[in-house]
Amino acid sequence: MKRIGRGTVEFTAPPTVLGAGAVGGKKEGQGPLSAYFDQTFDDVSLGYTSWEKAEAQLQNEAVAVALDKAGCTADGVDMIFAGDLLNQCISSTFGLLEYEIPFLGQYGACSTMAQTLLMAAMAVDAGAAQRAVAVTSSHFCSAERQFRTPLEYGAQRTPTAQWTATAAGAVVLGTGGKIRVRRGLVGRIRELGIKDPSNMGAAMAPAAAQSILQFLEDTGSRPEDFDRIFTGDLGLVGTRLLYDLTEDNGVDLRPVHNDCGLMLYDREEQDVHAGGSGCGCSASVLCGHIFTQMEQKVLRNVLFCATGALMSTTSQQQGEPIPGICHVVQLTVE
Amino acid sequence: MKTITKQQYGRQVQAASPDSPVVKDCLLAFLFGGFICTVGQVLCRMYQNLGLELPDARMAVSVSLILISASLTALGWYDNIAKHAGAGTLVPITGFANSMVSPAMEFKSEGFIIGLGAKMFAVSGPVLVFGITASVVYGLIVFLFGL
Repeated sequence: MKRIGRGTVEFTAPPTVLGAGAVGGKKEGQGPLSAYFDQTFDDVSLGYTSWEKAEAQLQNEAVAVALDKAGCTADGVDMIFAGDLLNQCISSTFGLLEYEIPFLGQYGACSTMAQTLLMAAMAVDAGAAQRAVAVTSSHFCSAERQFRTPLEYGAQRTPTAQWTATAAGAVVLGTGGKIRVRRGLVGRIRELGIKDPSNMGAAMAPAAAQSILQFLEDTGSRPEDFDRIFTGDLGLVGTRLLYDLTEDNGVDLRPVHNDCGLMLYDREEQDVHAGGSGCGCSASVLCGHIFTQMEQKVLRNVLFCATGALMSTTSQQQGEPIPGICHVVQLTVE
Repeated sequence: MKTITKQQYGRQVQAASPDSPVVKDCLLAFLFGGFICTVGQVLCRMYQNLGLELPDARMAVSVSLILISASLTALGWYDNIAKHAGAGTLVPITGFANSMVSPAMEFKSEGFIIGLGAKMFAVSGPVLVFGITASVVYGLIVFLFGL
């Protein structure tokens, strides 16, 4: 592992993906990426009495699928990096309890998948773990009740609002797999005065632009060098702003860019306004769609740039703006 | 990356964000709100025909609308109607009923005392606090100046 440029980490013996699992809810199973999910649940309570338990179970299921595909058991994993949106990351702690894998809880809001993936890759590359798991989840119902209003409350959503995905994604990293984690960039917190919690894309776009531009500069690459640059989850508004911000710096992302928040749902048909969001959105798109396309070698060189809005209900109520973050992970397949 | 001021970015955000369809929202709010009021008037006449005096009939209308609103919330339909109706379902007494029943349903997973009991007023609490305060102030004015 070595540093290149101002913020990029290059893995000398790139950790590889041994197995990945993507699970989702009913709405996700009806979306354009439904075929890429390992499992979807029509009953989004998953048979539990609370939404929090349902989300914890989603995370548990995602890890089970990933371990199964990696052909190993929980005993064979040295570390698990996990996080979610709920206070004190309870979906991770309760969902992963039974595995008894050494656990490091993470909070990166919707950027958690890139954050945990980077942490796991660094742990494997450094020799601190032979196999490490990165996992995250989100649940529409548990997020709504924590961040917004009760589910049955009759409120209108604005056109800029995004829909929290009910989904989870898990990756087992180790040696011997096909997909490599080549480089990564730990994002810096950015805040440009956005206070509207119904416009998270706008809050996160500056961080995405900064991290992507920094990564391109550090590695001396151009957008065309990649088969795809995926951000998650800027949605419609954030994507427009990302194009504006990168264009101002002479970089055109349009030909190779796609956003997980715009991919997970049919925006018009499924009434999700500006697109999907939540840790589970980019996590399930990565662990389902992106990895499958890489295994099939449709995509060989990909940037996965998960974005997060780092506010809480308290900071929001106290009138503070929404800081954003974006971590970048470069994935390649030979 | 070039530096950008918050003001500059704010302008870019405004240009990139689709506006709420204000005319459509207002029209739907007017139609749904008007419909609820019409239902209230029909109920009022009905109760009067059943022999209630006008003040009692009006009280019965409020109770009926609250019952209907609470039932629709419990069935999970109210939010689907409100999504289109907006202020049309929020402003009448139906909105108040929904704002109490929905947190009661939502937070019962935290138990009857600290969940349902404590969180029931999470949405409507401010309306009660400031509504009651305003009525006290109004009462004092009436008392002092004999208006």
